[in-house]
Order: sequence, then C-alpha cells, then structure tokens
Amino acid sequence: MEKKKFYSTSGFEIPPFLQKYETDLSPPGEYPFIRGPYPTMYRGRRWTMRQYSGFSTAKETNRRFHLLLERGQTGLSVAFDLPTQMGLDSSDPMAEGEVGKVGVAIDTVEDMKILFDGIDLSKISTSMTINAPAIVLLAMYIVVAEESGIDPTLISGTIQNDILKEYTARGTYIFPPEPSMRLITNIFEYCSNHHPKFNTISISGYHIREAGATAVQELAFTLANAKAYVRAAIKAGLDVDVFAPRLSFFFNAHNDFLEEIAKFRAARRMWANIMKNEFGAKNKKSMMLRFHTQTAGSTLTAQQPENNIVRVTIQALAAVLGGTQSLHTNSMDEALALPTDKSATIALRTQQIIAEESGVANTIDPLGGSYYIEWLTDKLEEEAYNLIAEIEKVGVIEAISSGMIQRAIQDAAYQYQLEIDTKKRKIVGVNSYIQEENLEFDILEVDESIRDDQIKMIEKVKASRDNQRAENALKSLRSACEGKENVFPHVLEAVRARCTIGEICGTMKEVFGTYKPVDTI
Amino acid sequence: MSHKIRVVVAKPGLDGHDRGAKIVARALRDAGMEVIYTGLHQTPEQIVEVALQEDANAIGLSILSGAHKVLFKKVMDLLKEKNATDIVVFGGGVIPEKDIPYLKELGVKEIFGPGSSLQEIVDFVKNNVKPAGV
Repeated sequence: MEKKKFYSTSGFEIPPFLQKYETDLSPPGEYPFIRGPYPTMYRGRRWTMRQYSGFSTAKETNRRFHLLLERGQTGLSVAFDLPTQMGLDSSDPMAEGEVGKVGVAIDTVEDMKILFDGIDLSKISTSMTINAPAIVLLAMYIVVAEESGIDPTLISGTIQNDILKEYTARGTYIFPPEPSMRLITNIFEYCSNHHPKFNTISISGYHIREAGATAVQELAFTLANAKAYVRAAIKAGLDVDVFAPRLSFFFNAHNDFLEEIAKFRAARRMWANIMKNEFGAKNKKSMMLRFHTQTAGSTLTAQQPENNIVRVTIQALAAVLGGTQSLHTNSMDEALALPTDKSATIALRTQQIIAEESGVANTIDPLGGSYYIEWLTDKLEEEAYNLIAEIEKVGVIEAISSGMIQRAIQDAAYQYQLEIDTKKRKIVGVNSYIQEENLEFDILEVDESIRDDQIKMIEKVKASRDNQRAENALKSLRSACEGKENVFPHVLEAVRARCTIGEICGTMKEVFGTYKPVDTI
Repeated sequence: MSHKIRVVVAKPGLDGHDRGAKIVARALRDAGMEVIYTGLHQTPEQIVEVALQEDANAIGLSILSGAHKVLFKKVMDLLKEKNATDIVVFGGGVIPEKDIPYLKELGVKEIFGPGSSLQEIVDFVKNNVKPAGV
C-alpha cells in the first residue's frame, strides 16, 4: 500500500515525527537572533497592535484612528488611496473612481493635518504604506509635527519606501529603478541625521507572498531586495552601522502555521549573518531583523466570511510565536470590501485575546528547540540562500527588469490556484464544505462625491498659498533632482509651501521619467 | 485566419493587484485561446483601443480597488461609441454582490468574485464567446 505523503506549502516533504531536540540555540537578543531580537521580547514589551486603516477623506480616517485608539490599538498604520500612492492629485484624470477607495486621499499637507488631528505625534508611532512617493508623505508628516509645535526629532514610525517589491509584486511604481534607489538612499541619509527614531524602510515580503510566492520565495526575494538597498546606500557613501539599524521588515503570516513560524525565525538568522559577514556590520542593531506582520489577505474567503476570523487567529498566532514586533490582523470582510467598524474591532480583539488570554507571550520563542521547527527553519534558510544566490548571479535589479522574479512568483501563484481547482489543496467553504448562503453582507462603501470634496480642497489650498514660494520650491526641487545633492530638503520646502503631491511628483517625473514594466505573460 | 478565441485581459485604473488577472490570462491561454494582457494602470480608452486593434472577441476586466462601477461603465460606454458591443465583457476582483446587477445592466456579461475556479471562467468564455470567422 502506498503511504500518504505530507508537504508544507513550500513543498517540503514533512516527516511523521522527529525525536531529537536542539539545545544549543543562542538566547534571544544575541547574534544570530534566531529566538528574537530583544532579550526580554514580549515580557518586556508587547508587540505593537497596528491595524492598517484608511479610507475616504482625512476626516473620516481620523475618526477611524480615534476609534481604534480608544479600543486599545497601540500604533497607527495609514492606508493611502491609489492616486496618493501613485503621486497623483485627486483631480488627475487617472484618479477617477479611485479617490478614497483603498485608503485615505492626501493631496497637500493640509489633508495630512486633518488626518492626525487630536493625535500627539511625539507619543504614537505611525507606519505609512507609501513607496514611490514616500519622500513626499514623510515630508508632510514632518511638517505636520513642525507646525503643531512638536520637536520633529521625536517623531517615530515607519515608511514602507520599498520600491523593488512594487516592481515585482505590488504595482504602485512611478520612477525607474535608478532614481528610485537614489530617493531611498536620500531618505536614509536625511533621516539618520534629523529623524533618528524613524524606520526609513520596511522591506516587504508581504506583497510578494500575496502575489502568490511560496514561503521560500518570500524570504529570498525580500532579503535579496534588502541587500540591494544596503549596497546602494554603501555605494552612496553611507556608513552601514549608521543607516542599517533603521531598516525594518514586513512579512506575511500565511496558512501553514508551523512553516510560517519557522520562516520568521529563519529570516532573523539569515539577516544577522548577511549583515555581519557580507556587509561587515559591527553594530548589533544593524544585524537585528525587526519586523511587522500582517495576516494573509489572499487567504480570506468571500464564502462563509465569518470563518476568516478563525484563519486570522491562526495566522496571527504564528506571527506572535515567530516573534513579530508589530501586527495587523485582517478583518473578516476583506475579501468583499473595506472593513466595517465592527469587523475592524473584531480583528483588533483577536490580537488582544492572543496577548491577554492565550499565555503565549509569557515566554520567549516557546517553540524553539522543537526538532521539527528547527528542521524547518534550517530547510527554509538553506533553500532561500540558494534562491538568493540564483538572483544575485544576474543581479537583483536585472532580475526585476527582465521579469525573472515576476515569472517565478506567477508560476507559484498559478500552481497554487490549480491545486485549489483540483482540490489537491482544500479551502473550507470554497472547494470543500460548501453551503448555500446569501453573499449580501453589511459592507462599508466610499461615495464618489469625495473626489469633488478633495478637488475643492486643492483649489482652496492653491488660492490661499504664496504662489511665488510654491513655484520657487518646485524650481529648486527640479534642479536638485537634476544634480547630485540630497533632494529631501527640497521636498520639505515644497510641502511647506503647500505644493500638491501631484506637483511635487510631476516635477520629479519630468527629470526622472517613469518606469516601463516588461511583459511577463 | 486563426479561429481561436481572442481575449484581452485588462487592468483598468491604478490598482496594482494583478495576481488574479495573470492567473486567468494563463488559464485561458492553456485552454487554447489567444490572450493579450494589457499590464497595469490602463485607462478605459487604452483598453478599448487594444481590444479593437487586436480584434478581440472578449475583454476580461480585473479590479480590486473598488473603482469598478466607474471604470466598467467607461469601458462599456466606449464600446458602444465604437460600435463594438459584440465584444463580450466579463470581470472579476473584489466586487460586492450588490454591485453585480448594476454592472450587468451596463452589459457586463458575468462577474467572477473571489473563490471562482479557473474552470468556471474558461467554461464561461467558451460558452459565450465565438471566435471570428466561425
């Protein structure tokens, strides 16, 4: 009789059980940080509960922020709408239908002020999912702090600022790779001098995984991108031990519970090794991989949506057992629409139950030493190193420009879908345990009229600003882009002068050009 | 002259989520159809233009950003304007159940939400779209 075989989502054949235990792991807070970046982990400080949210106008999103904070959220995470993420004003023809839909619409610093109204930016940390125009939104955040009398050196938070995965997985790119990498290193440099508590990048595997990659690919493509940023910064003359402590990461928590836990542990050990041995970092903080986690949106089902609460719980537990520094738990209705107040609250409560009731945060890396977890950690690490080597043979940027990475992700995504179609992979409510149901659901909608409100707001700002100052700011930004100096101070001045995001990014586009993706289908 | 069904798979608007669109493109191609994928960030004008130039028999639109009501309507209006309503339009993405009647009223033939199987989509195209010359 043929024995049934079992595989992890990355395709490793799983042994029935293992009998050895590891005992020689270095403690948390010590190189290579496999058990955690800090010596006390959640005993000293819980992970930050940081729900990604944003929709409609700055005023509406500000209301949701206050709701989440009142209900016990401990950090903010801003979702911007697509025009903002693409550096376009709400009035741009391409913005039609998209304003305020997947996030909040921000056109000028005046919107940003409303967004953070009543929130003390010296006390809360804010994560902003912004990439191609990250420099503009960070400048707006700084100006909001400045103008509300907060010492801008005290602001803390994270900008995603990870353009390479935009080309391969997330799709909100503007400029070609070279000027994009320059903007990123400009941010590293400026912030290390002026905003030392800000994480200048969040190198993201999340979207790579969402695009269909396996756990191994998520690890490899993320760390390969991270190495490209480090190389670019070193090449620009920055000291690795000055900028590297502010690099942060962002991973996905997918369905395969134990493989995900092993993945987070492998990522920490790999990064420590890479920074120490390949880049010669001396500062311990340069070697410590700190990461945010979000549960996997692509695993949520539109069918029997309440089941998503259970999926999110399992995924969130994997993130916590893997030692995450902050966590977003998805809402059950996200396969259908934007989360309602109710579903967003249940998602936050899920984290709170794990933190307060489950007891898993009371000890550090509780699964460390389990032979299976250690075996999987080793296995993921080995395969990810092999894949990184393959990419680096051609170069990361070349592997993106030629579509090699995109094709690898697409192959994995197609394979995964075929497994679902043939029921080799079972998804409850989708291809098994199906039941008749009414798919009409109480959902949150954003009205088209908010685009008109945004356009009026832009007109109001333009009518009241000093137009000469705005014009001069854009002129000096343009010449900075044409030259070699750091563009950050010029973006800051343009923001202070009430230039719109479309004006600022438009000026940069005229100098830098736009990215033309390769066809990978 | 080829008698294969020709399908344009398109991403209108600013949405960057193309996992679904690419998987569907590949499944249709594996089922023997000619597939043209537009890439990201296309305007309705660009999509209709490609469909006309490529003599497409069908257009598959994918939107996950919530802009479907506005952008599907623009595509349908343009097809009418160009006398190209024989092109079968279908769509997919994060589209709430209650928006489907509106989209069908516009002339969109079918909407495939999350959890749809590739076979369903392939069967739909085979049953509803005729290649040119047949």
